[in-house]
Amino acid sequence: MFEGWLSIVVFLPAAAALIIALFLRNDSQVRWFAIGATVLNLVLIAITYLNYDRGAGGVQMVDRYADWIPVDGLRAEYLLGLDGLSAPLLLLTGLLTAVAAFASWRVTLRVREYFIWLLVLETAVLGVFTALDFLLFFIFWEIELIPMFMLISIWGSGRNKYSAMKFVIFTLAGSAFMLIGILALFLSSGVDTFAMVSIPSESIVGIPDKAAGIDLLIPAGAIWFLLFAAFAVKMPLWPVHSWLPDAHTDAPTAVSIMLAGVLLKMGGYGLIRVSVGMFQETKDFQVQDVAWLLATLAVISIIYGAVVTLKQTDLKRLVAFSSVSHMGFVVLGVSSIVGVGGKVTDAGLNGAALQMVTHGTITGLLFLSVGLVYDRAHTRYIPDLGGLALRWPLITASMLIAGLASLGLPGLSGFVAEISVFLGTYEVWSWLTAIGAFGVVLAAGYVLWMMQRTFFGPRNERFDDIDDANFIDMIPVAALVISIVAIGVYPKIVTEVFKIGISELVRI
Amino acid sequence: MSAHDLWILSPELSVAGLGIIVIIADLILNKKTPLIWLAAVGLTVPLVLTLILWFDTPDSELGVFGTVTADRLALFFHFLLIGTTAAVIVAGATYSKKFAGFQGEFLALMLLSVSGMMLLVASRDVITAYVALELSALPAAALAAFLRTDRSLEAGLKFLLLSALSSAVLLYGLVYLYGATGTTDIAGILEGINSMDADGDRAFGSSAIMLGVVMVVAGFGFKMAMAPFQMWVPDVYEGAPTPVVAFLSIASKSAAFAIVLRVLYTALGTDELAADWSILIAILAAITMTAGNLLALSQKNIKRMLGYSTVAHAGYLLVGLAAVAANSDSDGFIAGPQGVLYYLVAYALTNLAVFFAIIAITNRTGSDMISSFAGMARRAPLLSVLLALGILSLLGIPPTAGFLGKIFVFSAAVDSGLAWLAVIGVINSVVSAFYYLRVIRTMFLDEPETNERITADIPVWAATLVASAGLLVFGIAPSSLLEFARHAVSGVVT
Repeated sequence: MFEGWLSIVVFLPAAAALIIALFLRNDSQVRWFAIGATVLNLVLIAITYLNYDRGAGGVQMVDRYADWIPVDGLRAEYLLGLDGLSAPLLLLTGLLTAVAAFASWRVTLRVREYFIWLLVLETAVLGVFTALDFLLFFIFWEIELIPMFMLISIWGSGRNKYSAMKFVIFTLAGSAFMLIGILALFLSSGVDTFAMVSIPSESIVGIPDKAAGIDLLIPAGAIWFLLFAAFAVKMPLWPVHSWLPDAHTDAPTAVSIMLAGVLLKMGGYGLIRVSVGMFQETKDFQVQDVAWLLATLAVISIIYGAVVTLKQTDLKRLVAFSSVSHMGFVVLGVSSIVGVGGKVTDAGLNGAALQMVTHGTITGLLFLSVGLVYDRAHTRYIPDLGGLALRWPLITASMLIAGLASLGLPGLSGFVAEISVFLGTYEVWSWLTAIGAFGVVLAAGYVLWMMQRTFFGPRNERFDDIDDANFIDMIPVAALVISIVAIGVYPKIVTEVFKIGISELVRI
Repeated sequence: MSAHDLWILSPELSVAGLGIIVIIADLILNKKTPLIWLAAVGLTVPLVLTLILWFDTPDSELGVFGTVTADRLALFFHFLLIGTTAAVIVAGATYSKKFAGFQGEFLALMLLSVSGMMLLVASRDVITAYVALELSALPAAALAAFLRTDRSLEAGLKFLLLSALSSAVLLYGLVYLYGATGTTDIAGILEGINSMDADGDRAFGSSAIMLGVVMVVAGFGFKMAMAPFQMWVPDVYEGAPTPVVAFLSIASKSAAFAIVLRVLYTALGTDELAADWSILIAILAAITMTAGNLLALSQKNIKRMLGYSTVAHAGYLLVGLAAVAANSDSDGFIAGPQGVLYYLVAYALTNLAVFFAIIAITNRTGSDMISSFAGMARRAPLLSVLLALGILSLLGIPPTAGFLGKIFVFSAAVDSGLAWLAVIGVINSVVSAFYYLRVIRTMFLDEPETNERITADIPVWAATLVASAGLLVFGIAPSSLLEFARHAVSGVVT
């Protein structure tokens, strides 16, 4: 089948980038065109999301070209498809790219190149979430590096060149191991396919089914760790998180939004789709065997991330480290896969999936607000700020909503996700979950303390002459606030779809 | 020599003939530019002959007393070599003005050298291969010295001396193979080895053969830029004229890999021997890529850096050669060599794009230092993008051909039980990111010294564009090239 719809959605941003490269010369034309393209793509993605048939489930909207690499030794297909796990993440990507495009409004340096890279980045990430051929997945995973490298190193600040290189090297190192893992899976006799899931309508039998219970080329545990390395770096999980604060701090606002909001989710997505989805019935090793490791690393990330966040004096670095802590909840939720007494509930995994979306929107809003502050104050150093609330009520409000959502205030999306993670995990890892829950307390600490130091307190005369955010600045803020509140009040709009995806993925 | 022999040899002969015609035309013509077009257009003759042979001649037909062949493997490399040479000649049109009146000799030497390489890939006899190797190497040494500056002369002399040394080692190795099997015919050597196995007469034979194999690999290793025989590469790359560097890094290396492929897989293709040389090549591959990448890290001259990068890529290619598939199921066995051929084409296109872009830029700036590329994205936007694309292909980032090439050789390695080698390979790719990305960063980030625009001449510009388009096309839709490569290796790998 080749419906073509998903291919259009994935490659529309790249096509827009090409049009900018070839035809557009004027900066403001480029801006409007790029924003238009991302918004149009968001609309298309929203239509896609609504069209996902919740009753039928499974993989839908398949685009398949089977003869892409037609050699016997390496038979890869061009295979795109959407299932319950990827659909909400696709929506998140569309939303955050549009937000990032709006947030790039003030970019004046090499505007054409900037938007070209941003659009290419969107195509790469959409590709990661829709590719169901492992090699194609890997290709999109790698393509994403170059736009990020350029965006951080050209439009970043501070030690941007160093941070960009660090980001690339960490990710490349991770994906190098992933490549070996992918090849080892494919080349195991009896597997011989790159399909990441089974699609009955296309008569595709995927790796999860084929690899079940057979001898793999190298031990399944080794393959698992090779693949896990890439996802752990991307998420990032302690102890391979150290690229993240640097990359975030030095990236421009919109790129931080993309990085925290969308790119980290590639790691979480891979963890659920691959590390969990493909290794539940493998011979001699199942993901359940290392669930303790996942839970431990998750809790270390949560607590370590939160404690380090408390100490930060740079607003962006603060938000960056809080991401380490919050992505830990994703892994903690995943670790509940081991179940109790042979009975696995999917609450933890659903929470993990939801946490990805909520963290995307919340951290997107945090970075957006920090960006708005920085554009005006030209500093992110917390002791230099203070008393901004009176002067800039709109920015303060957006930061406050994001901060409260981040610390898990009921009614906002962060709460729903974290509570599902705890509910799902508590039965399995009581002690670790209890320690992990302490991360929420720490989050309240760093968020409120940061708010107090930055926005409240005595008025700072330095900022008296600078205006609050304007209408265009508030468009992306409004979009994110709406989504945070909507998911907080009525989480079913996302969880319903995630549930379908997760239930198909959990095999026991 | 019968008409049939001439027909089998027609691509090689027509290239050599073209070289002679160019020299004669050089005597008659006052202006030198038409010579370039004569050479470039003239290369369509061998191209057409190769094309006819591809469809016309079965693999089994041999010529000149069974010493040369026109099988698919040879013809595949004829296409690659002719295409590369034509592209280098076109792209070097402006650069060759530096040779002040000696363009005719330059072209002729290049054509003679490539005719030697074509004969090399078509050899079915190790003595023919040896002669062909010398035919390709001697003009190449002269070409390396063609700028007649100190560095260029040093490059030429170094190439000549080390080439002679490696030839001696190669010849010594061939003598051992002859001594053990009593024949110089590549297929005959295999028979000799097999009959030895049957007779149980292996005491002297097998160690002599192993010694021969090691020396043959070492001898060709020089041409392949394989460690520890890579010492000449950076010096020659730095000193030689840039078009010659492009020529050497692609044509000379491809031809060497072709003959090694043929010797290893045909003459030494018994299961037992294959297990031995596979390990030998695997270890050399690991050393080669690691040495190349580590040494490239600190280079400041882009040609020198690309020299070490060539060494690293020789290492990746050797990974494919080593992957003979210890498990010889019918699919897996072909994957290694097929991947090597794909990789060679991908590498050729990539290196052509990179070197042509560098030629176009350095024609104007006059400096080979990486720092002189600062801010090039503003001075020459399109050339910079093409150069960056080529560098990404060298690094192995999709959707370029270089990425798929690496995937093919690494997957062949994993399939042959050489997962450790693939791991070393991917780690090396990560290391190489440091120096490749540094060039891109310099071009796109640093402030240019001047804002003077750089416009390339049409020929070099067009050649760069074609090579870049090729590496993208084969990176996105590799199926036709893979099919082509499968035909090429199917006759050799049995």
